[in-house]
Amino acid sequence: MDAIQVKDLTKRFRSFTAVDHISFSVVEGEIFGFLGPNGSGKSTTIRMLTGIVKPDEGTAAIMDHDISRDPIRARESIGFVPEMANAYVELTAWRNLMLMGELYGVPRREREERAGDLLRRFGLYERRDDQVRGFSKGMRQRLLLCMSLINDPPVLILDEPASGLDVESSRLIKDVIRDLNRAGTTVFLTTHNIEDASQLCDRVAIINQGRIIAVDRPEALRRMGGGLHCIELNFSGSVSENELSGFTCVREVRRSGDKLRLYVDDIDMAIGCIADYSRAHDLRILTLNTLAPSLEDIFVRLTTGVESDELAGAA
Amino acid sequence: MSWLEQLKRSLVIARKDVWIYYAKGPVMVFGLIFPLFLLMAFTIGRNMTVRDLFPGLMGMAIFFTSTAVGPAILPWEARSRTLERLVTAPVEVWALLLGDVFASFVFGILISLIPLAVAVVMGVEVIHVVVFVLGMLLATFCFASLSILLSVYPPTDVPATVMMLSSLVRFPLVFISGVFVPVDELPGWGRAISSVSPLTYFVDLARYSISGISYYSAPVDLAVMTVFAAVFLLAAVKLHERFLPQRFS
Repeated sequence: MDAIQVKDLTKRFRSFTAVDHISFSVVEGEIFGFLGPNGSGKSTTIRMLTGIVKPDEGTAAIMDHDISRDPIRARESIGFVPEMANAYVELTAWRNLMLMGELYGVPRREREERAGDLLRRFGLYERRDDQVRGFSKGMRQRLLLCMSLINDPPVLILDEPASGLDVESSRLIKDVIRDLNRAGTTVFLTTHNIEDASQLCDRVAIINQGRIIAVDRPEALRRMGGGLHCIELNFSGSVSENELSGFTCVREVRRSGDKLRLYVDDIDMAIGCIADYSRAHDLRILTLNTLAPSLEDIFVRLTTGVESDELAGAA
Repeated sequence: MSWLEQLKRSLVIARKDVWIYYAKGPVMVFGLIFPLFLLMAFTIGRNMTVRDLFPGLMGMAIFFTSTAVGPAILPWEARSRTLERLVTAPVEVWALLLGDVFASFVFGILISLIPLAVAVVMGVEVIHVVVFVLGMLLATFCFASLSILLSVYPPTDVPATVMMLSSLVRFPLVFISGVFVPVDELPGWGRAISSVSPLTYFVDLARYSISGISYYSAPVDLAVMTVFAAVFLLAAVKLHERFLPQRFS
């Protein structure tokens, strides 16, 4: 069964089409990543899924409840953490959880038990009677996640769940997402962190300018890079990116810390050119690694238009 | 989902509003002091008894307390980034707004009981108690509904903007509602203007409750306040449904 079904979903703001006939489905029990640059339509899509914004065309359903025809049932199936959200800072962590539990109609004993469990799991139990005003950003985000889980939802929708968090909170949240997923919760998340998506998600969709340009497993998307290869290297002396980008087989050169990344079509020819270049300039090659394209590489290429047409065809 | 279940969630929202927005020292003090100051500003130097002042005093107390915070709630929720989480809970827009109305209603009633008690202690006798209580409940609900309607537009996250605009509506209403001069003493055009204000009907009813004299009959006052309350609430729900998404753009 599909936990989330989206068909031809479209939203226009006057003449601007924010989301343009997108379709995808999220299978029950999977972690689905929704990737896209700023302004690509991610937030509008989430707002349609959560019933805040009404679609102009198309349909979406959460656990078979249509978001337009049966929004309350659809929302009852969701735990949601919006991107820039906050708990009520005037209330304690405990009261925030009780409030949310009551809004979802969770019986008192059940919500108290669940709140205690969630607060322990997220390391907030000792601070349950403190006002949220004194919580750090990481603690607030953990509390928001607790609030989204108070109704034990089958589907969890997370908008940038680990954005701007300290390492500890970010790791804790990712661990909980994995644990929840193992226990059967379907997770739909947006993120800017491609590495997180790559590590967490069973499948990802990439949206750009309101259109989905790829939906697949992260590994499969990497393979969609086709002939693109990456060589990561550094030399004993300084080298200008412009000189290397002049090689015929090199498409692009990017600096990554003290290393250079060369995106090339023909790896053999490129290594030959690099060896010739280092000999001609009396440089030593200190490290040289050939890398498969990362999900980030694919994301950048897709969202900047490079080969998007051919990859969209493959999607 | 049954409307009863939604109504229960309205009460949850009302309790949240009371915790967060109403149960605060400055809000309580404002609710108590402001109508009193306004009334003093218009009565000092005029030879009026407490009995003469009673309808206007009660009208202003109920009107200002029940519309004091309501317009700021949604902008404040948007500003503090709690609104998106709230509106994605399984709560209908009407239930959410009714929760805000309930909170304004409770605040309005509780604070208005104080000037009522003071007036009674000072010798004002309410002859038609049932009519007065009914009118007070109806008027407070009506004004609380108006307060939610006042926050519809612009769909901003700046509470001060909404409060300023709502003051542009609230203050003129006080001046045209027979608070300082009874409706029957107003000129024809004044009576016509006063008829579009819901406050007129409560002040008229309060006058009837203590003296048996009023411009409109008590059933008319009650009926018109009921109509105003229904119109304000329905308009607030419809308009908020339309403009709520704009608070997130």
